[in-house]
Amino acid sequence: MNFIHKFENYLVENLDMKNPELKESRRGFGEALVELGKTNPNVVVLGGDVSGSVRTDLFRDAFPDRFFSVGISEQDMMGVAAGLAVVGKIPFASAYGEFATGRPFDQIRQSIAYSVMNVKICASHCGFTVGPDGATHQSLEDVALMRVLPHMNVITPADYNQTYRAVIKASEIDGPFYIRFYRDNSPNFTNPNAPFEFGKADTLLEGSDCAIIASGLMVWESLLAAELLAEEKIMVRVVNMHTIKPIDSNAIVSAAKNTGCIVTAEDHQIKGGLGGAVAEVLAQEYPAPVEFIGAKDTFGESGKGSELFEKYGLSKRHIVEAVKKAIKRKK
Amino acid sequence: MFPNLKNPVFTDTNELDEMARQIRRDIMNMLLISKSGHSGGPLGLADIFAALYFNRLNLIPEDPYNEQRDYFFLSIGHVAPVWYATLARRGYFPLDELKTLRKVNGRLQGHPAPLKTHGLPGVEIASGALGQGLSIAAGAAIGLKLSGKPNRVFCMAGDGELDEGQMWEAAMTAAHHNADNLTVIVDRNHCQIDNRTENVMKLEPLADKWKAFGFEVFEIDGHNMKEIMETIDKTGKVKGKPSVIIAYTKMGKGVSFMEDNYKWHGVPPNDDQGKIALGELNPTKFGDFVDYYGGK
Repeated sequence: MNFIHKFENYLVENLDMKNPELKESRRGFGEALVELGKTNPNVVVLGGDVSGSVRTDLFRDAFPDRFFSVGISEQDMMGVAAGLAVVGKIPFASAYGEFATGRPFDQIRQSIAYSVMNVKICASHCGFTVGPDGATHQSLEDVALMRVLPHMNVITPADYNQTYRAVIKASEIDGPFYIRFYRDNSPNFTNPNAPFEFGKADTLLEGSDCAIIASGLMVWESLLAAELLAEEKIMVRVVNMHTIKPIDSNAIVSAAKNTGCIVTAEDHQIKGGLGGAVAEVLAQEYPAPVEFIGAKDTFGESGKGSELFEKYGLSKRHIVEAVKKAIKRKK
Repeated sequence: MFPNLKNPVFTDTNELDEMARQIRRDIMNMLLISKSGHSGGPLGLADIFAALYFNRLNLIPEDPYNEQRDYFFLSIGHVAPVWYATLARRGYFPLDELKTLRKVNGRLQGHPAPLKTHGLPGVEIASGALGQGLSIAAGAAIGLKLSGKPNRVFCMAGDGELDEGQMWEAAMTAAHHNADNLTVIVDRNHCQIDNRTENVMKLEPLADKWKAFGFEVFEIDGHNMKEIMETIDKTGKVKGKPSVIIAYTKMGKGVSFMEDNYKWHGVPPNDDQGKIALGELNPTKFGDFVDYYGGK
């Protein structure tokens, strides 16, 4: 990380870009739940038959009395969570991304978002990296579905450390939350001691040629892209937009003002996702050229995560190309 | 158990019947004013609502979210007029507010709106999209049991609503977690918006279905005040499993041309029909909240 220094307090100390520590972000969720189990007696967890997968098994084994199995019934699970919230509990309901959002969308809309219930919906196995499972399990629409709901807050942490901190933070704020994370190992690079500032983006790198605004796994991919670009003397700002809603408009406008062009990067549909959210802000507040990295109105398919990132245009080289294209579009 | 809660208001079934009739009159007047809303279901449930709110539920209208309250969840949000009329009669909010049903900037939304955004006292959570209330009631019941609290939980469901798969998911959840603090009341009026329930989607044998799902099942005449109240007491004594009361009712009860006619599911009376309806529902000692026809 020697090509820029300014904002390294958001990153782990002595980050090794070549060999970062690898950890599962879903485990950050599971371990945060165990911590909450110790500190907050109102926290309860619902299991939808995927406890081992989404790592609510850690809470289940530590606090069996506060873990409730509801079977494979995500629609019921969201209602049960709302009912638990009515009587003062802080329920965490989790499943894979699509089944935590698309399947029970109307339940979330009426019983949680419209009703402003203190329910935390936490989704693992999001995005392309569930790879071999194929398109049915590759949740690429969940952020869009949750972002469109009034009262809903949406967080897409970048790694294990940030998932842990985001879950703790969401438990402290009254209201509905959607938190999105992943199954597979991924670089664990955010500073575990940095505060999780809900609604405020983390600027990880400073640069004046372009700004990459990224979420989730794509934050790391963007850092790798920034490194490649630096070799060509193209210096980019990298913003970790961990909170998708409420979005940090100031960070977006500041990025556009200071660099003149934007690239968004997400492991999700561009339409309705981070790309859409950033474009909405810029269109109204500070029009600037934007290039989008993400799923381009397409479903995925089976394959390794890395293969899919390559095929669907989410790898670091695609980000590099997008940055160059964005810079060319600057007036 | 909760000596400071101000129920029952009436113990005499004649008085409860009279309150139910007043609630029916209120429903007609509300719908005449709003010119929008559901007639049949609300009229059919007036007796059960009178029994719950004027006798059986633990509640304090002046302190609607007292932690000792019994929890009531209306899964069939479209029968809101009977709930609003009952809550107003019970003192949760001024009777005069019944004139604002379905009006802009009002708290009496077409389907019950959330406490946090609309603030109508007595409402716990939004409903309207069908099939969701039993999950919520199950969650509340499970949470109360976890806290070791004695509050009871009631869920008012429709029979047509049982077409929704989520209702049966929730039934499984309630039974799996031995939610014996939960009583579901099914408004078995055999009517839904398109047709008779058995023509739209066969529900029978309904009692057997609930038994198979792990519920203690009670079947009652949903217009017999004594039976309603006795059965609510019985479900409170069931241990180890949730209860369901299948209440056989008539959609549109009390208004001859609406009774047992599914075509009155989702429409209000016009002025001529309303006049006949109010003529059939004799005035009560409680008095109307409005003189819609101005003595004409």
